[in-house]
Amino acid sequence: MEYANLRRQAASLKRSLFDQGYLDEQFCQIEDLQDETSPNFAEEVVSLFFKDSVRLVTNIEQAMEKYPEDFNRWDAHMQQLKGSCYSIGASKMNNECTLFRNNCGQENAEGCMRSFQKVKREHAILRQKLESYFQLLRQAGPAGTATRPAGK
Amino acid sequence: MAADATVFPYGLRVLVVDDDPTWLKILEKMLRKCSYEVTTCGLARVALEILRERKSKFDIVISDVNMPDMDGFKLLEHIGLEMDLPVIMMSIDGETSRVMKGVQHGACDYLLKPVRMKELRNIWQHVYRKRMHEVKEIEGHDSCDDLQILRYGFEGFDEKGIFITADSDTTRKRKDLDKDHADQDSSDGATAKKARVVWSVDLHQKFVNAVNQIGFDKVGPKKILDLMNVPGITRENVASHLQKYRLYLGRLQKQNEERILGAARQDFSNKGTSENLNLRSSFQDQPSNVSSGYPHASQKIQGQSSMLDSQLEDTKCTVPLPASDKSRNSVNDVADSQNVADASPLSGVLSFKGLPVNQDNNPSETMIMECQTWNGGVPSKQFMQYPKHNHARCDLLGDYACLPKPDLEHPAAPGNFFTPPPLISMSCSMELDARNFSDVKPALLDCIKSLSPALTCTVDSVSVQLSDSVVTSTSSDRKFSTVEGLPYFDQTNSQGPLFRSQEPSTTCGLDLASLPEDLPSYPLQGVPFENIGLSSIDLFHYNDTMLLAGLQSNWYDDQEFISETTDYPLMDGCLFA
Repeated sequence: MEYANLRRQAASLKRSLFDQGYLDEQFCQIEDLQDETSPNFAEEVVSLFFKDSVRLVTNIEQAMEKYPEDFNRWDAHMQQLKGSCYSIGASKMNNECTLFRNNCGQENAEGCMRSFQKVKREHAILRQKLESYFQLLRQAGPAGTATRPAGK
Repeated sequence: MAADATVFPYGLRVLVVDDDPTWLKILEKMLRKCSYEVTTCGLARVALEILRERKSKFDIVISDVNMPDMDGFKLLEHIGLEMDLPVIMMSIDGETSRVMKGVQHGACDYLLKPVRMKELRNIWQHVYRKRMHEVKEIEGHDSCDDLQILRYGFEGFDEKGIFITADSDTTRKRKDLDKDHADQDSSDGATAKKARVVWSVDLHQKFVNAVNQIGFDKVGPKKILDLMNVPGITRENVASHLQKYRLYLGRLQKQNEERILGAARQDFSNKGTSENLNLRSSFQDQPSNVSSGYPHASQKIQGQSSMLDSQLEDTKCTVPLPASDKSRNSVNDVADSQNVADASPLSGVLSFKGLPVNQDNNPSETMIMECQTWNGGVPSKQFMQYPKHNHARCDLLGDYACLPKPDLEHPAAPGNFFTPPPLISMSCSMELDARNFSDVKPALLDCIKSLSPALTCTVDSVSVQLSDSVVTSTSSDRKFSTVEGLPYFDQTNSQGPLFRSQEPSTTCGLDLASLPEDLPSYPLQGVPFENIGLSSIDLFHYNDTMLLAGLQSNWYDDQEFISETTDYPLMDGCLFA
């Protein structure tokens, strides 16, 4: 009963993540890849994503410091982060990345700074939310995974 | 799903290159779920190294476009040049220009991230398509139905045994026609549609001599023609040949440069099989080498030709080649299993015929090459051989499949295939004596090439001395490049009802062993080391002796082999159309 409750909470959290645009269908794809050979696949992927995206964010940060107004360089770095966002379906963060790149296209350093902060914020929010999600799943046991949000 | 690694496309060997570890993990998982065999790599440069080391160990590459260490397009280019593997690009960027760039660089597909499983599940089609295209090219765009592929199972090369068999059949009539062509009657154009000057070894040598005499910079068709002083050829013939020759030289040069860069490879697969030979792709020469003698010492060739009137008979002449190199064993073994797997997909399309009994799974000991020509019964027949791209073998010969090509103009009924009038078979076998491993293959090829068009010759046992120190690639079958030394061809057993054996003139290194008039020439020397570009080349048109002037034989050689052997001066002098 407890487990079922936890599973419901997890499902509910996940749904909200979808509803609020943090995640998209790609996340379900990742969960679908989970199988008996790798029961925690989604979580592994997500932690890998956060581990690596921290690196990418740092890269961007450094590039923006070291190469002011080098928009091409900034854009190239952001493209990597953006590509990474696609991997787990981090759509909200992805959107911020896109805004950053648009600012790069317009050579708007100010805008880049702003959107970069947003990217970092979304990154942090998503991380926290997904951590909660997986924690719920872990508590709920193996059966609690891979529930597809309704309507998505 | 069950991963039956022996059934295509299961077990498809995929190399995934992406700098993003998250994607790498996801893609790996997805591909494994498709029952593919996955290797992942986070750096493009490393991927390239892996591919170079294990060229034959992958069927397809999936690469990200945006990678920090090397642009995905650059990687694509390298792969295209060196390995001839299908490459799928992926990117988050779906901009048309980007996609177009990928396609232009040779990507067989361009996937947008996020990549979906269903897309990956289907990637085997690119491997399959590529194989089909290879077959089609060879067959000259005819329907696959008539095709026969002979195969190529040169597995077990290492263990001292190489068997090469070439079976071919042809009609007498055809040979006569060919002979006429070969005679190079100047007016032949009117009588036979495809008649053209046959650039025999001798003729080409004359051409090269003339070019050298005049000076490469100043040559002109007319001057060459005058110098050559050969009746029956026109200025146009010379001009055309000169053009090819130049392309050939240019290409060679380019290849050498590429080789220096460590990235030489030729993609021949894209060359059409047009009858107007792509000489450019095939031969490479450098002016300087032309006149200089070949490093090759004496080579003796024995050719035996026999004509069989019997109906389709497969003559298999197998001569074990003692190869001292044992290091290849492991490679070959691996290759065996793979060959089987690789071949299977094709079999659906192509019927395999006439496989030698000992061919497969008799693994380590023998390599067999079997070629069958089918009987078109008329003037120009195409005899093509090409390597298959299952790279899992360490074969001297690479994978060759001989695809008979029906002559369009003379629709020989497919049925003829099995009941060809006079059948001529040729077989060629070689002995390897522990010397230059690398040279063996070209030699074999040449030998076979020279023979095959004629369809009437049998060369028995050509022995090649190889150096013990074969540095051969352990991972890839076709790497013979590392070997140094020159092949020594010894000819034995030459006897033929039709021909007498002769020793090829070794005057110029370029001199392909040209046999006297009545003999077909077996260009064991001067053979194009690069057989790469041989696609759609009319090889070896034999002169009077060879009854079959009009033949076209296309050899596709392993690219790897080619690229690596480009340095050999041997390539010189093989510009035959």
